Amino acid sequence: MEQKKVEEMLINMGPQHPSTHGVFRVLIESDGETVARTESHIGYLHRCFEKIAENMTYLQIHPYTDRLDYLAAMLMNFGYAVAIEKLLDIQVPERASYIRVIVAELQRVASHLVAVGTYGLDVGAITPFLYTFRDREKVLKFFERVCGQRLNYNYIRIGGVAYDMPQEMAADISDFVVYMRPKIKELNDLLTYNGIFIRRTANIGVIPPEMAVQYGCSGPVLRGSGVKRDLRRDTPYSIYNRFDFDIPVGKGEVGHVGDCWDRYIVRMREMEESLKIVEQAVKSLPAGDYIDAKAKKPLRPKGEVYHAVESARGELGFHVIANGKNVPYRLKVRSPSFSNICILDAISPGHLLADLVAIIGSLDIVMGEVDR
Amino acid sequence: MGFPCLLLEIDPSLGFIKRIIAWTAIEEILPFKQNGWLLYLFLALVAAVLLLVIMCVFGLFAVWLERKVSAYMQCRLGPMEVGRYQGCLQTIADALKLAAKEDFIPKAADMPIFILAPILAFSGILLAFLVIPFDRYWVPADLNVGLFYFASMFGIEAFGIFMAGWASNNKWALFGAMRLVAQLISYEIPLGLCLLTIVAITGSLSVQDVCLAQSHGVLSWYIFRNPFMWILFLIFFTATLAECKRAPFDLPEAESELVAGFHTEYSGMRFAMFFLAEYAAMYVVSCMCAILFFGGWSTGISLIDRADTPLAIILRILALNLKALSLVFVQMWLRWTLPRIRLDQVMYCCLKVLLPISMFCFLAATVWEFLFRGHFFRTILG
Repeated sequence: MEQKKVEEMLINMGPQHPSTHGVFRVLIESDGETVARTESHIGYLHRCFEKIAENMTYLQIHPYTDRLDYLAAMLMNFGYAVAIEKLLDIQVPERASYIRVIVAELQRVASHLVAVGTYGLDVGAITPFLYTFRDREKVLKFFERVCGQRLNYNYIRIGGVAYDMPQEMAADISDFVVYMRPKIKELNDLLTYNGIFIRRTANIGVIPPEMAVQYGCSGPVLRGSGVKRDLRRDTPYSIYNRFDFDIPVGKGEVGHVGDCWDRYIVRMREMEESLKIVEQAVKSLPAGDYIDAKAKKPLRPKGEVYHAVESARGELGFHVIANGKNVPYRLKVRSPSFSNICILDAISPGHLLADLVAIIGSLDIVMGEVDR
Repeated sequence: MGFPCLLLEIDPSLGFIKRIIAWTAIEEILPFKQNGWLLYLFLALVAAVLLLVIMCVFGLFAVWLERKVSAYMQCRLGPMEVGRYQGCLQTIADALKLAAKEDFIPKAADMPIFILAPILAFSGILLAFLVIPFDRYWVPADLNVGLFYFASMFGIEAFGIFMAGWASNNKWALFGAMRLVAQLISYEIPLGLCLLTIVAITGSLSVQDVCLAQSHGVLSWYIFRNPFMWILFLIFFTATLAECKRAPFDLPEAESELVAGFHTEYSGMRFAMFFLAEYAAMYVVSCMCAILFFGGWSTGISLIDRADTPLAIILRILALNLKALSLVFVQMWLRWTLPRIRLDQVMYCCLKVLLPISMFCFLAATVWEFLFRGHFFRTILG
């Protein structure tokens, strides 16, 4: 009898697939529903940001940083501004620093809301997504008031912020913090501690702490594996050392340390911590200038700098080499999503197809940042 | 379940049609007074078209309801524009749009099967409607193997969907179809056991007999017959959720995993047929659930249940539809609340949880029946 040839089915997931969170493509070798091997393909959203930056003045680069992680554009602005300030040794005015921290932490809440909501969507719960977007809308309203934009803000500038925050906004932000806390509890009741949700995410896509460090994971993915590393605390930049906040880590409450649920819960708890920071910052918001006068002149820095900030997805670093001209010689972005997505091929084999979706969702990638 | 009942004997006294003849005196009006079988055929066609219309109207209504229910749960408004009240004509507009779309068949698809699939899925559900008694006198066909017929016709939908997944020549569609077949075949066992318990209690396979047995007041409803009926009701409801591919068992069309599952390649009217079949299936299983456990058309007051006045008949039809609609609402409620479970968990839930429990309940309910003969309170209280 003729020998029958058995081979695994090759499935192409993406670049247009509902749960690859953008134009990410995974080539899956599947044995029935089981994933035998995956191969990630990126580059569908490549925009040559780093090359473009070599032809742009330092201020002109700013709007491009918005497009890196478009769900946390404030934090992208923040990272770039802090790096250039370090290069030029600019002192940011006190008020500007506080405004930066407020908008950055609000942005972190908004970004995690999207992450959590779409994660619910990935495992089939549609309603939490609408709830998170309802609350994110409130944050976007604040950003609209402060700079007129809702997605790509270009608000945090080198030396400060682009516009002063309206006086009456501080009280509204305090109200938002009060409003938001019960909503997080509501989300916990609806999704986090739902039996089906726990069964879908516990013990799935476990990343051991050593592995997470090896692959250069950062942010909630690293902290989900139980590694307590947060740049806001470890290498304090801006004025983060003035605030009191905790760094939540995954403890393996429902399964192994570093599973999808741990990464998810880290985001939920980080939102509460961010609200804590916002509350403190709003309370002690000083009066004064909102941008440093030095930064308003044409910038011609010289030297080399690397500075990383804690974005919503992890360590966002800008490496700038400046040679005294008005444009940088080279600008390199260390994007957290890129490092985080690298681990996918290592942890996905052996899981079911549905789990692969849950794993990609829990890594919370933004393709704008992966491809740059 | 098993083979479609090709060998069933259709009860010649189709109560529904007889009733129409008696009420309308149609024999006098129509020209084929002498041809008894021609009249019979004509009225049977009328009845069939009526059923189709009821099913389509319900499908359109259910889609609108689902959108409004989900909107309400998600702090949205849902459709508001088309039609004066709450966008009530939105689904009609959508159906017209789907009907006007280009009839598109992928080049690599297996064309005859691709075309046949939605028709089969749709007709399976439509045929299952045939045995639903809407009233004491109004049942389209009171078959003596009604419950068996229902289960087999309901199973036909699986063929249609598997054909759709296979013929589409799309890997995602194939995945969806495979998941569906695994799910449907597994869940038919606990579903069948629930039906079997009812058959054992009633002593008849006829759906109308099941209803008649429950028409002696609220306490005669099967749900109150013995304590195991509550468990069986939950099992039946869960199994029908899986059979209808409703969340949390919506794996065959899991949007975030399989793009659109088995109907990935379908568009226009063919897609609409799958859609309609799904909503009609929701309704027919809810009707069945109401019939098996909540007395079907029984209003709970035996005086009304026995009466033969038009008002009583309308009340009874309303009773069945209200019960069914409440169950449909619960199905929607679950869908917009729960995440989706995984394939292995679907199987686990069926084979290791529902199946043993339903077997136990079947045994326990029959033993209970043997001991008390349906008169638990009378036996206990003396």
